[in-house]
Order: sequence, then structure tokens, then C-alpha cells
Amino acid sequence: MSEFLSQGGYGAYVWGAYGLTLILLLGEVLQLRRQRRTIFARLSRMIRLRPRRERGDPA
Amino acid sequence: MKLFRFSSPATFYPLAGKLIPLFWVLTALALAIGFYWGFFETPDRLGGTNPQKEYYRIIFIHVPAAWMSMWLYLMLAVWSAIGLVFNTRLSFMMAQATAPTGALFTFVALYTGSFWGHPSWGTWWDWDPRLTSELILFFLYVGYIALHSAIDDPRRGDKASALLAIVGLVMLPLIFWSINCPDPNQCAALHQRSGLSQMEGNILFAMLTMTFGLWMYSFAATLTRLRSLILEREGDSAWARDLLERER
Repeated sequence: MSEFLSQGGYGAYVWGAYGLTLILLLGEVLQLRRQRRTIFARLSRMIRLRPRRERGDPA
Repeated sequence: MKLFRFSSPATFYPLAGKLIPLFWVLTALALAIGFYWGFFETPDRLGGTNPQKEYYRIIFIHVPAAWMSMWLYLMLAVWSAIGLVFNTRLSFMMAQATAPTGALFTFVALYTGSFWGHPSWGTWWDWDPRLTSELILFFLYVGYIALHSAIDDPRRGDKASALLAIVGLVMLPLIFWSINCPDPNQCAALHQRSGLSQMEGNILFAMLTMTFGLWMYSFAATLTRLRSLILEREGDSAWARDLLERER
């Protein structure tokens, strides 16, 4: 296991490259989730604020 | 025409929603297999004309990321061009959804290249043609995103940034030839030649599997972003309101 982690002494380079990539991809996934939630929250607030008779009218 | 059925945001939105989980599953599978193969089925050291130690395993993330950075830029330019020619809303949104993921992979390609360059060349950075051209690609992505967000009217922003994306397409062949040099005599100054044919089968398999994984990741991420963009920009239309009422 420690041999696998050390990668012949180049562990810092190898795991640095893989680790940072993993962090960035996870970061993008979280950002996408947050973006989606924000938009949903804003749109449902807009719908609630709209007068009742307008709802369901074709745009 | 049937082909154009899914070119409307209202029909594409639910379709994308069905596809996204599939792309996530394929991403996880391919990256797991690629990682396993790259670390356990490949030799620790490479001999031959270009000897390398364990740090060469960075290429399993570096090369796929670099390929994706160019492929996604091509997609960005193609969707931009389709948008300009047919004036279709969804194509512009596709382009807009592709750009951040493309920028991300360009950045990944750049710093993983650095992590590989330091142990093998002895330097983190060098103004060699391929590093420089990949850096310019990164600036093009950033420029596209910045230009789009700087223009308040999204429809005008679509068109302006689409032009930038198409003009920037000139970088792709430059990056490609700076890596796969057409004339070896002129490329003596370059650090290394690359060629799929000289590569060992296990290494190639790991690299292609990781590439497939990152490709599926790109689909999942851009489609997720595209759905958010569709809601953001068409949220006031009747179909979006119906959808929100149902999902609430």
C-alpha cells in the first residue's frame, strides 16, 4: 500500500495531479447543484408572486 | 422535421433530464476502470528512447483532459456557428453550457502537464509551442465566458461570444500540430514526440478509458448546466411554469 502511495518517490506529483483534478471536478458538480437550486428557488418565488388569474395562461 | 423536434428547449429539457443519470453512471464506471488499469496493469517504468519513471502515470489524466479541452472547444465553436446560421436559441445555450467545463479541462491539462514536466524536464513551465498554445486556448475559454456575461442582453451576448468562439477556432490546428509535428526536422527543439502506435497496449487502454470517462463527465456536466440555463432564460414561458408547478 505504501509502495502504491509513494509511486517510486513521485507520489507528490502523481497524487497532486490526480487529487487536484478530483477536487476541481467535485467543485464543478457542487457549483452546478447550487446553480440549479438558486434558479428553482427564484422561479418558484416568481410564480408565487404572480396573480392567480395569470397562472397557466399561455405566454 | 423530426430532427428539429429536440432543438426546442421545451422538448430538450426533459430529454436531457433522462440522459444525465446514464452519463453519470458511465463516468463513474469508465474512470474507475481507467484508474485501476492505469495504476495496476501498467509497468512502473518506461524504457526505450524516452525512459520515464512512475510520474508518467500523470498522462492518464493529462492526455484525456487535453483531448477534451480541444474537443469541447470544437463543440463550443460548432454550436456557436449553428446558432449564428439558424438563429436557434438552444444551440447558443449549448455553447454557453459547454464553455465552463471546457475551461476546466484546459486548466487540468495545463497543471497536470506542469506536474509531469517538473520531474521529467526539470521545469514547471516552458514557453514551448504546445504549452503556450494550450494556455491561449484557456484564455479563449475565459474570454468567451467573460464576454458573454459582460453583455446584459443574453441574445446579444450569444452572438458576440459566438463570433469570438469561431475566430478562436484557429488555435485548434496550432495545438494539434505543436504536439503532432508534421515535419520532425523542424520539431527537434520540442521536448518529446508523441505517437499512439509506439504506445504499450495497457497504457493506451487506460488512457482511452479515462478519455471516455471524462467525455461522459462532460456530457453530464454540460447537460446539467444546460438545463439550468434553459430554466433561467425561458423560466417565464408557459411550459417552464407548468414544469415548476408539477415539480413543487
